[in-house]
Amino acid sequence: MSTLAVRSILPDGFPRARFDVISFFFTGLTGLSTVLILAILAVIVGNVVLLGWDTLSWRFVTSGTEQDMFDVNKAGVLPMIVGTAARVILMTLFVVPAGVITAIYLTEYASRTSLTTRIIRSAVNNLAGVPSIVFGLFGLGFFISFVGFHADNLLHPNAQNPVWGKPGLLWASMTLAVMTLPVVVVATEESLRAIAPGLREASLALGATRLQTVIKIVLPQALPGILTGGILAISRAAGEVAPILFTGAAYYMANLPHSLADQFMDLGYHVFILSTQSPNIEKTRPILYATVLVLLMLTFALNVIAILVRSKVRRQMRAMQ
Amino acid sequence: MRIDIPIRTSAPKPDLVPPASLNAPSASPLIEVSNLDLHYGTTRALKNIGIQMHGHVVTAFIGPSGCGKSTLLRCLNRMNDLIDGVRIRGSVKIAGHDIYGKDIDVIELRKRVGMVFQKSNPFPKSIYENIAYGLRLHGIRKKSEIDAIIERSLRAAALWDEVKDRLHRSAMGLSGGQQQRVCIARAIAIEPEVILMDEPASALDPIATARIEELILDLRKQFTIVIVTHNMQQAARISDYTAFFYLGELIEYDTTRKMFTNPSKKQTEDYVTGRFG
Ligand SMILES: Nc1ncnc2c1ncn2[C@@H]1O[C@H](COP(=O)(O)OP(=O)(O)O)[C@@H](O)[C@H]1O
Ligand SMILES: [Mg+2]
Repeated sequence: MSTLAVRSILPDGFPRARFDVISFFFTGLTGLSTVLILAILAVIVGNVVLLGWDTLSWRFVTSGTEQDMFDVNKAGVLPMIVGTAARVILMTLFVVPAGVITAIYLTEYASRTSLTTRIIRSAVNNLAGVPSIVFGLFGLGFFISFVGFHADNLLHPNAQNPVWGKPGLLWASMTLAVMTLPVVVVATEESLRAIAPGLREASLALGATRLQTVIKIVLPQALPGILTGGILAISRAAGEVAPILFTGAAYYMANLPHSLADQFMDLGYHVFILSTQSPNIEKTRPILYATVLVLLMLTFALNVIAILVRSKVRRQMRAMQ
Repeated sequence: MRIDIPIRTSAPKPDLVPPASLNAPSASPLIEVSNLDLHYGTTRALKNIGIQMHGHVVTAFIGPSGCGKSTLLRCLNRMNDLIDGVRIRGSVKIAGHDIYGKDIDVIELRKRVGMVFQKSNPFPKSIYENIAYGLRLHGIRKKSEIDAIIERSLRAAALWDEVKDRLHRSAMGLSGGQQQRVCIARAIAIEPEVILMDEPASALDPIATARIEELILDLRKQFTIVIVTHNMQQAARISDYTAFFYLGELIEYDTTRKMFTNPSKKQTEDYVTGRFG
């Protein structure tokens, strides 16, 4: 009786739930890949934490300029933390304005189809595919041998040793900025595209210039996207070694860098040194892992700061949506 | 590839002049459009348009969608300049100035010819800031002056009583009709002479639409209004003159009364009586 009643409300030919093999298979597959990725991450991070934790100490992160870098009891990474943080922060200061201005030009000013736009866009896309060591060579050839060389001729014509015409913090940061430019351009462009065209029209129809419209209406809306670009650039650049090999990283520095022209020690480069130059790989392995752990923590901290800034901006924006 | 040779399909038409009527001021026309042609790339959206509009009246543009109403409206404050591949020939004069002339400051033009869009587009800012934005653009910085103009504009847009306690809250939190009235307040705050409205009520419910229509009738005393609408009754209710467009051409232009009771063209009659479009 009850089955009859139920059936009578269902329209004829109402499809019954059937076991769908294909969708079951793909759901399983996606789930499995997620688990796999998380597992790989856990193994890497876990391994680093396990092997590096014991060596990590307050002394380890606050010393390191004078002591022997291969002695577990004396080694420290302060200069590497300073160097890495400095080059990442400087890079952000260069790449965010440059990337944002490029993206604004591409979306707000340039015609979609013009030759210039296409050239710039394909240049940006190709930049993303260039191996990072090539950026290192570019930085050496362009920033150091060309820009730096001429800057020295102009600013320090009587100096014995080159001031700008040698590797340094400024050139390393700029090289990294060139490398991460596509990330910022693409993220900014995406957020600019997402802004309703009606807002721009409203502003222009009130008699605003394009520049006023970009600054007062468009950019505030694009801010979270711009910050996302910055976060991605930081994550990409923090661990990179190849671009700074020839442009600023030093094997050893007795002092912390105190000028943009100074070379610096770097966490990533130091990991490379520890794993290839150590007189006794087995004995220095704990330093190696502790250094990697510090690098991970620093990258994480820089990201957290940027993410906090972004969520603050988002919260302020949501109040106005 | 198609080579686009501009061909006149007909000899230049004499501009359609609004006929004298009881409520039409006899001064020279405020807006004069003559021999206006507009191409989007290779499509010709406006064909040899000639029309003259007087100040302090409401002129309605009607016609089936895609006939070029919005395009013509956007020619009047040069919003089409912003679209890639638009070519414009002919002349548009406002208060005697050729607005496509070399010595025209587009910024000044848009200050004098304001616009309200089909889709309400308040900035994602407070109600106060939405209106203050245009004022600051035009050099008004004194807070007391800004406050006074904001109140005046919101009153003129029949919105003051509804929002006076929440001026500093987001305009995005208002209803669709209120948002559109913020956009109207924003437009009138900078005291334009002409207000262009592109189907300002098409996305609103009947009650909100009625309020906007009332508002337009009120604003007519102070501003010259050109409004695009696809709603025949609306054109009949609020406009003094009506222009009927079809496929990029101006078919007929006359007093609204004549257009809706005794049009001279068969096409107009068919359209206003709902036989096509
Ligand atoms: N930005 C544009 N690019 C290309 N063609 C357009 C554009 N805007 C409008 N058109 C075309 O111009 C014609 C007139 O459009 P429009 O003025 O928007 O008509 P209406 O407002 O009367 O519905 C239509 O055929 C439309 O497809
Ligand atoms: Mg339209």
